[in-house]
Amino acid sequence: MDEVVRLNDVVKIYTMGEERVEAMKGVSFTVNRGEFVSIMGASGSGKSTCMNILGCLDVPTSGSYLLDGVNVGELSADALAEVRNKKLGFVFQGFNLLARTTARQNVELPLVYAQIPAAERKSRALEALEKVGLASREGHYSNQLSGGQQQRVAIARALVNRPSIILADEPTGNLDSRTTIEIMAIFQELNRQGITIIMVTHEPDVAEFTSRHIIFRDGLIISDEPYQAKTAVPPVEVEKL
Amino acid sequence: MTTLWQSLLIALRALRVNKMRALLTMLGIIIGIGAVIAMVAIGSGASKMISDQISSIGSNLLLVLPGSVTSGGMRSGAGGTQTLTYDDARAIKAECPSVGAVAPSVRGSGQVVFGNQNWSTVLFGVTPDMVTVRDWTIVAGRNITQSDVDGATKNCLIGQTVVDNLFGGTDPMGKIIRIKKIPFTVVGILGRKGQSPQGQDQDDVIYVPLRTAQRKLLGSQFPNVVGSIMVQAKDAEVLDKAEEEVTELLNQRHRIGPNREVDYTIRNLSELLAVTEQSSKVMSILLGAVASISLVVGGIGIMNIMLVSVTERTREIGIRIAIGAKKRDIMLQFLTEAVLLTTCGGIIGMLLGVAGARLVASLIGWPTLISVNTIIIAFGFSAGVGVFFGFYPARKAAALNPIDALRYE
Repeated sequence: MDEVVRLNDVVKIYTMGEERVEAMKGVSFTVNRGEFVSIMGASGSGKSTCMNILGCLDVPTSGSYLLDGVNVGELSADALAEVRNKKLGFVFQGFNLLARTTARQNVELPLVYAQIPAAERKSRALEALEKVGLASREGHYSNQLSGGQQQRVAIARALVNRPSIILADEPTGNLDSRTTIEIMAIFQELNRQGITIIMVTHEPDVAEFTSRHIIFRDGLIISDEPYQAKTAVPPVEVEKL
Repeated sequence: MTTLWQSLLIALRALRVNKMRALLTMLGIIIGIGAVIAMVAIGSGASKMISDQISSIGSNLLLVLPGSVTSGGMRSGAGGTQTLTYDDARAIKAECPSVGAVAPSVRGSGQVVFGNQNWSTVLFGVTPDMVTVRDWTIVAGRNITQSDVDGATKNCLIGQTVVDNLFGGTDPMGKIIRIKKIPFTVVGILGRKGQSPQGQDQDDVIYVPLRTAQRKLLGSQFPNVVGSIMVQAKDAEVLDKAEEEVTELLNQRHRIGPNREVDYTIRNLSELLAVTEQSSKVMSILLGAVASISLVVGGIGIMNIMLVSVTERTREIGIRIAIGAKKRDIMLQFLTEAVLLTTCGGIIGMLLGVAGARLVASLIGWPTLISVNTIIIAFGFSAGVGVFFGFYPARKAAALNPIDALRYE
């Protein structure tokens, strides 16, 4: 199978003044291309730290992380920025769109840092917005969009640079249950198109839509099992997807 | 690495969001640059005015005046004697290699009449070199010639003030005027010079041939005597040498020795110019320095606001880093914003400074001098202030930890 992510005995220790916090105590797992994984666990279990490492926002204290076969721990800061830009797409709990910026400009942002010319940026951003069903809202400012729409713009932004993985950190945490299903339906559709998705969540209902559950406790994986994913039934509005 | 253009767009958007704040922040730079430009313009205008006045006397000049003499224990002041002659002047011209032009003159005053107008003015008996030495222009007619001098002709050159007061509209060329009741023909008109550094009207003057003045007009008991000799060195470098040569020659001609005191004095006019220029230069540097303090204060304002801006936009920075912005992209973004602030402020300040200088010029009547250099330097300086004071906030932004930045509320 085509391996996208390989964590080998990853340890992450934070030192906060005198205090040493072992957030990850030796975590190993691999993710293959096309998987839809959810990482679960109580807060403080190490799942967010794991996400930061997967997202190249942080580096392991020891152990290695191979993304597409490349040992990320050996890369320079600039090279890591490029990995984040080209290979990863982030979806956050708080949407994290730029304020006073249109949906399309938000989606274009990764392409700006990838130095894609303006015309191509525009067409690719529109294409990504199309995929999340928001092409008609390209000119709306982030504050003119509902929570669900903002998250869909964020997904389009994560998609736009055709990443190897989409990393979603509690993507439905700020959404009501109906919108949650909308978003999960989009993720499932993207997954069906072959995109690898790793999602952190603490809600079992949300994890039900994914096909593999990794559960963290106290910095270690306590279970890692495939799951018969439930299909998110898209509400009427997103059926056109 | 984003392009500069992208950073500029982002910066423009960021400034548009906080228009009032941007404007107030710019105000420091506006005032700073405006003050620097206005002060330098006024300062250099003033110094140009002074040096123009001084150089209107003529350049590279030595002024030879009769000295004091002691007679019966009484010492006269400078110029209290009549020891310089036309022959001295001719000898200087003939024998001093560093000397270019030599203009002996006698001075007097008298009433001038033309038609029903009359005017009291200053009369000079001069040689053709006077026009060269004093840097006069002749706007109409011709200079006095050597044959005018040798033949003691009754031709004269008149200054603009005399033209205004005697002729009032009619063309003076070729007209006969009466100077001290003697008829003279106007053969040339001098260009306007304006005031001397001492405030005298240099245009209120009539030049007649030296011999004519000596023999017919100012009737002296020693007909060969001149009141002063102006000596122009060939150029500024040989001015000191010319002074030595003239001194040596006059000492020899006047038989100055242990038993005879020096009966003439030589004044070097370029020293006056140098001193005055020096002092006005110091003044404009001082003005510029005071004004640039306000520029520094403005720069600190920029830094302050940029720090606030970085803190406010911590989350945005986090998003950008997560999405693939490199450290230098973030740096560039905030540096661009700071430089944009200062250069906008610089341009507005420049316009205000120029306007202010013009206003002062029209109110006080001082000339102001706005050089392209000043503008370029001011512009560069305002951009430099942006880079200097924007650097620390930009570095702070670039050094943010994306994980913390994304969680920042």
